[in-house]
Amino acid sequence: MIETDILIIGAGPTGLFAVFEAGLLKLRCHIIDALPQAGGQLTELYPKKPIFDIPGFPEVLAGDLVDNLMEQIKQFQPGFTLGERAETIEKLDDGTFIVTTDKGKKHHANSIAIAGGLGSFEPRKPLIEDIGFYENKGVKYFIKNPEKFRDKRVVIAGGGDSALDWSIFLSNVASEVTLVHRRNEFRGALDSVEKVQELKNQGKIRLITPGEVVGLNGAEHLESVDIEDDKGAHRKVETDYFIPLFGLTPKLGPIANWGLEIEKNAIKVNNALDYQTNIPGIYAIGDVNTYPGKLKLILCGFHEATLMCQSVYQRMNPGKKYVMKYTTVSGVDGFDGTRKEAEKAVVKSID
Amino acid sequence: MLRKAGKMLLKKNKMDINIKITDRDGVTHEVQAPTDMNMNIMELVRAYELAPEGTIGICGGMAMCASCQCYVLNDVGLPEKGDDEEAMLSEAFHVKSNSRLGCQIHITEALEGLEVALAPES
Repeated sequence: MIETDILIIGAGPTGLFAVFEAGLLKLRCHIIDALPQAGGQLTELYPKKPIFDIPGFPEVLAGDLVDNLMEQIKQFQPGFTLGERAETIEKLDDGTFIVTTDKGKKHHANSIAIAGGLGSFEPRKPLIEDIGFYENKGVKYFIKNPEKFRDKRVVIAGGGDSALDWSIFLSNVASEVTLVHRRNEFRGALDSVEKVQELKNQGKIRLITPGEVVGLNGAEHLESVDIEDDKGAHRKVETDYFIPLFGLTPKLGPIANWGLEIEKNAIKVNNALDYQTNIPGIYAIGDVNTYPGKLKLILCGFHEATLMCQSVYQRMNPGKKYVMKYTTVSGVDGFDGTRKEAEKAVVKSID
Repeated sequence: MLRKAGKMLLKKNKMDINIKITDRDGVTHEVQAPTDMNMNIMELVRAYELAPEGTIGICGGMAMCASCQCYVLNDVGLPEKGDDEEAMLSEAFHVKSNSRLGCQIHITEALEGLEVALAPES
């Protein structure tokens, strides 16, 4: 069982910054995220896109903002449970909570901060008949352990970075890699596109473009896929695995069943005070919450995270008066023993 | 900004044009769209709440998610698709020859009378 003060659900910018504000109050944090890496939408959807409305940054790439946040919070040693989705919540008699992920990992925390953005990212599944039947029987939406594909035949579909990158990687693992895309142009990093071209020329990747996987065949396990080209002609490609990589889409998911008040796919919170939900001890911050006048902006998430931490401090230290200190004055004492502080002014007399 | 837009949209403005939007339940709405607010079709749908929040405009309008895909039902002089839009549509589902991404269609006077239907959620 993982023990922490604040369990944050969602490793996007709001969830990450909450670790910093909590750390200033000596509160420890642990973060759960369904994605395998931190950063939420910023890393998953648009790492190379600029953001222009982060205070103090005239322009910052989404991926760089996440790197900076990770650097800013590292001395507070947040724990991470990545690649797992928060599934169920249990409120104990003492008012604390146990959250269990889809993989069964349990987290015990005084308070919960849901910073889930638009929800947990789930793969976009192509509309192919019987695809549900073949899930776990040859159809994979994620590649968790590439060794699983060693000396197997693999068909990958998609036109973005993940389709390109996995085709390149698996060309050295699988016995046969076929990449299928609806058109000849790929949207990905230039060197990935060039690498696929090179591997195609070497005969290590078979490219079928324009093409679309429209059918799956096999008795117990996937045996072949039907591919249709833009003229309507069909061909059958024998394969052990079909990996559709059409990106991810966020779904509110199991949190919707936690008994929280939900309005327009967002969690209602008390914005007059502390962004607490209708369940005491559960907060919702960032894009996942709603209140009158709500704006889904990163900078608003930062503010909400800050006030949430104050409220948790009060929950954990009832009656204790907290005196706010500026980091410039107090410095930052990490849980790892490090200390950041302003340089002392030089006092020297002038003769 | 959208909330504000929603309120302003209720007042008829001489800069408005008329657009017909068929929602995902098949209901057609005739709405006034401002040409002077730097809006696109995705934002217009959100301002009028014609699709639930969280089901449209997920990427915020970067042509990176296709949640605002719509079918163009009549011949109005729309701008050509850009590379980003073309690339995203080639990976989206339910795509037809008249598919566009709402977020890439900027509202201008040239769109007067445009009729679109929202593609299914995917």
